[in-house]
Amino acid sequence: MTVWALEADQPTLADFGNDVWWIVLIKVVGVFAVLVLMTLFAIVFERKVVARMQQRIGPNRVGPRGYLQSLADGLKLAFKEDIIPALADKPVYFLAPVIATIPAFVAFSVIPMGPVVSIFGERTPLQLTDAPIGVLIILAMSAMGIYGIVLGGWASGSTYPLLGSLRSAAQMISYEIAMGLSLVAVFLYAGTMSTSGIVAAQADGSELSFFGWEFTGPSWYVVLLPVSFIIYAIAVVGETNRAPFDLPEAESELVGGFHTEYSSLKFALFFLAEYINMVTVSALAATLFLGGWRAPWPLSIWDGANSGWWPLLWFFLKVVAALFVFIWLRGTLPRLRYDQFMRFGWKVLVPVSLVWILVVATMRTVSRETDLTAGEVAVFVGLPIALVLLVGLWLAGRAGQSDTRQAAAEAAAGSNHPTSTEPEVLPPAGARRRPAGGPIRAEGGFPVPPMDLRVPPSPRLRREPVSTAGEPVPGAVVGTGRRGATSTSQEDGDV
Amino acid sequence: MLSTYVPIVGLFALAAAFALFSVAVAPFVGPRRYNRAKLDAYECGIEPVDQPLTGGRFPVKYYLTAMLFIVFDIEIVFLYPWAVANDALGVWGLVAMVVFIGTVFLAFAYEWRRGGLEWD
Repeated sequence: MTVWALEADQPTLADFGNDVWWIVLIKVVGVFAVLVLMTLFAIVFERKVVARMQQRIGPNRVGPRGYLQSLADGLKLAFKEDIIPALADKPVYFLAPVIATIPAFVAFSVIPMGPVVSIFGERTPLQLTDAPIGVLIILAMSAMGIYGIVLGGWASGSTYPLLGSLRSAAQMISYEIAMGLSLVAVFLYAGTMSTSGIVAAQADGSELSFFGWEFTGPSWYVVLLPVSFIIYAIAVVGETNRAPFDLPEAESELVGGFHTEYSSLKFALFFLAEYINMVTVSALAATLFLGGWRAPWPLSIWDGANSGWWPLLWFFLKVVAALFVFIWLRGTLPRLRYDQFMRFGWKVLVPVSLVWILVVATMRTVSRETDLTAGEVAVFVGLPIALVLLVGLWLAGRAGQSDTRQAAAEAAAGSNHPTSTEPEVLPPAGARRRPAGGPIRAEGGFPVPPMDLRVPPSPRLRREPVSTAGEPVPGAVVGTGRRGATSTSQEDGDV
Repeated sequence: MLSTYVPIVGLFALAAAFALFSVAVAPFVGPRRYNRAKLDAYECGIEPVDQPLTGGRFPVKYYLTAMLFIVFDIEIVFLYPWAVANDALGVWGLVAMVVFIGTVFLAFAYEWRRGGLEWD
């Protein structure tokens, strides 16, 4: 285990679990209040920042400069009618917002907000608790939160929420892999998974020499492990269902996604959970990569910056900066298509993370076992490994696409054959299968509707005798009862 | 040792109390004006059919994603303790992990090659 020169204020694992009961109570209520207040702030902040980016003013009526707007909205939500859809599975429908909210709160319990301070004469760290497996608690809780969303969408007994919740489940588990892999390099460097330990590990930069040039290395992991940070930043945007990855609640296609059927305080709880998750991942980014509650460089020259209550300010500045990036993304980027989104997660983020872990681990082991300096190891070992692995991966990916490209070439040559790699022998033709000669695909494999597309009849018409005029035209999609029958491949891509 | 986890239980209890209270109190605080249309599933203006569009079924792609998730999640479970203990494991620890990641990588490349990662 690495030993750092620690100041007296830096909490260690031994400092946790010794608090008097009323200190624990104060901290619990404090964390709860911080999260609720941060949510109220984040909503107004988001609306105001997005408004500025769109050349509007944003909310400015309720309270000073409009900053009480979300409090007013929250109160109003409580006095709205609580609608339970007739088709809902009632117990699950009631419990889903609760299941989404609780893990969101609990995940914040291991975030370090400051050093050891004195509260009413008791010396205690500004952190609810910490454990040797600290970050694992956050990961476990963020995984539990998925249940709330999936169950909520499923229990609504409605189409849009079901689609939204399925997307959400697939999206969150896919990006959780990328997020989990991005943290491995941090644990590797810090040698611990406790959040306070990781903050302590970022206290001082190590002495580096790069081909004889001596300097003090950067201490924040965002500088030491930039690839990890970028992967983490992208993955948590997917993990928290935020734009441009907000596909589970894509307004243009799914109305409101998994919470379409929710109203009143149940909706408010989902909303709260989403914003708390945003605050938590921002705080985790600050803890793991941005030095935690420690003052940033020019301020850290001042000795008092890292003791007492000041670190609380640095910590929340970092969190708000991260929140601003979330909002900035939302104000700037259009939403991805679902297949693009999944492709990016599995074919870019996961392989790059694995390669990065191997590079970092090899470099660290080589520099420990030999007498090379870190800079020399980076050039002689890290770069070649990264290049070899990336080229291999690129070749594998190219091979994987060659089938698709060949089929696309055939289609371009005139054969009216779908470019997907579907086998010729289809399963027994159900209603969902597109009719032969159905949606013609253009050159790049993008499905286009036939020119003589008819609007399919409503499924309700089936109940009355209906005479369809003439034979179904090949190429036209004719409803056969279930609306699923009319699904083009584009719709398949949606679900 | 376990006392480090007591505050987490406290926060859990507070969050649970808050969430359950909100859910329980909502039907009594808000107004209640019965209208059959309100209880229908939301359908953008069409009158809804009796069941969700897919009849509660969904594409098998989601299962595939979930199975991939399990493979990689177990890999992560293996990577974390290794990463924490890396300095103590020495060169042999690195070799073992390279072999392990390489094995998973091969399976991953195979699935990629067979189109298992294509969404549509």
